[in-house]
Amino acid sequence: MTMTRRRALGALGGLLTVAVAARPSRAADTEVGIDNFVYNPQQVTVKAGTTVVWVNHDDLPHTVTSKTGVFKSKALDTDDKFSFTFATVGSFPYFCALHPHMTGTIVVEAESGKS
Amino acid sequence: MTTHDPDDGKGPNRRKVLECMTWAGTGVLWTITGGVPHSLGIIDGALAAEPQGLTFLQMSDSHVGFDKPANPNVKGTLEEAVGRIKAIPTKPAFMIHTGDITHLSKDKEFDDAEQIISQAKLDVHYVPGEHDIIDPEIKLYKERYGRGTKGSGYYSFDANGVHFLGLVNVADLKGGGMGSLGEEQLKWIEDDLKAKSASTPVVVFAHIPLWTVYPQWGWGTEDSERALTLLKRFASVTVLNGHIHQVMQKVEGNVTFHTARSTAFPQPAPGSAASAGPMKVEDAKLRSMLGIANITFKQGEQRLAIVDTPLQS
Repeated sequence: MTMTRRRALGALGGLLTVAVAARPSRAADTEVGIDNFVYNPQQVTVKAGTTVVWVNHDDLPHTVTSKTGVFKSKALDTDDKFSFTFATVGSFPYFCALHPHMTGTIVVEAESGKS
Repeated sequence: MTTHDPDDGKGPNRRKVLECMTWAGTGVLWTITGGVPHSLGIIDGALAAEPQGLTFLQMSDSHVGFDKPANPNVKGTLEEAVGRIKAIPTKPAFMIHTGDITHLSKDKEFDDAEQIISQAKLDVHYVPGEHDIIDPEIKLYKERYGRGTKGSGYYSFDANGVHFLGLVNVADLKGGGMGSLGEEQLKWIEDDLKAKSASTPVVVFAHIPLWTVYPQWGWGTEDSERALTLLKRFASVTVLNGHIHQVMQKVEGNVTFHTARSTAFPQPAPGSAASAGPMKVEDAKLRSMLGIANITFKQGEQRLAIVDTPLQS
C-alpha cells in the first residue's frame, strides 16, 4: 500500500513537472471552503483534471455528496478535507447529506488546448 | 383557537382536550383553558402536583463527542440533565430521546451517551438525528437502538392509552431539500394508525421539526404535511421534535408542535445569525439555554402539559 502510494506519488510528481513545463497556465488544486453552512464559492468552474479540495471550517460536520453518485465524502468534522479529481467534462451538482439545503456545483470544462 | 371535532359525541371531554392546550414557559407551567392562560406555579411545584396520568420526559440533541467553544463539556451538561431527571419528585414513566445522541456516530460516543443516560434509570425510546447515522456503514445506531424497528428505525408503541409514533426524518435526504420521511415510512404510518380510534391521544416524535420552522436553514420536513393529513382525524396530537436546540411551540387545530432544548449547546433563533451553527454564549448563560422537557397527560381531563426545564433558570 505504502509502496504503491509512494510510487504513484513519484509518478505524479514527474507528470506534474512535465505539465507545469508544458502548460504554465494550468491551475493548481481548487479549494472550496465550507463556511456557515455554505459551500464557498458555491459554483466553481475548473479545467478537466483539476482536483477540488473541500475544507470544512464549521463547528458542525458536513458532507460533500454528489447528486448523481459521482463522489461522496465521509462526514467531515471541523478542518477535515475531501478531495476529488474531475477527469470528465460536465456539471457536477452536490449537497450536504446532513444539511441538504446546502448545495453547490462544480463545472468542469475541457482542458485548454483540447476540444 | 379554532376547534374541530370530527368525531363528536363519542367522548364527553374531547372538546375540552382541544381547548386545554398548554403553553411552555421557562420555569413556569402554563395551562390554557378556554383560551385563558393560567400559571400553575414554578416547575418543581407544578411537577410535584401532577401525580396522576402519564408523565414522560423528552431529551434531545446531546451531541456526545462535540468539543467546540459553544460547549467543550457536553458530557458534563448531559450529566446535569440526568441529575435534573433524578430530582423529579414523581418518577416519569419513561423518556424519549429525539436524536443527535452523538456528534459523529462513533462507538465511543454512543458508549459515553449510554453510560450517562442510563443513570436516569428510565426506559428510553430513541429516534436518530442526522448525527447518529454518519458512521460509514450506518449501523451503530441501528445495532443499539434499532432492534424491532422498521426501515431506518421507526416504530410505535402504546402507554396509558396514548399512542406513540417514533419517526425518522433524517435518512436518505435529497440535495436541496429538508428533512424527509419518505414513501415507505408514510405508508407504514397510514397502516399503523388505521386501527386507532380518533379519541386516542397521539404523540409523534422525530428529530427534525415536522413543521416548517425556517426552510432557509433546512428546519422542516418536506413531506410532513402528508403525515399530518393522516393525523387529522385524531382529537389530540402532540408533535415533539429536537434539532433546532431551542424551545419553539405552535398550535394548529388539533396539533401541538413543540421542540425541546438540547443538552449540549444552543443554536440561534431562525435568521438571527449567519448560520444555524452552534451558538457561543457567556458561560453563565449556557445552562439557561440547555435542558429537558417534561410532558404530562392527565387522564379524565385529558389535559396535556409540556414543561421545559432548563438546567439552570
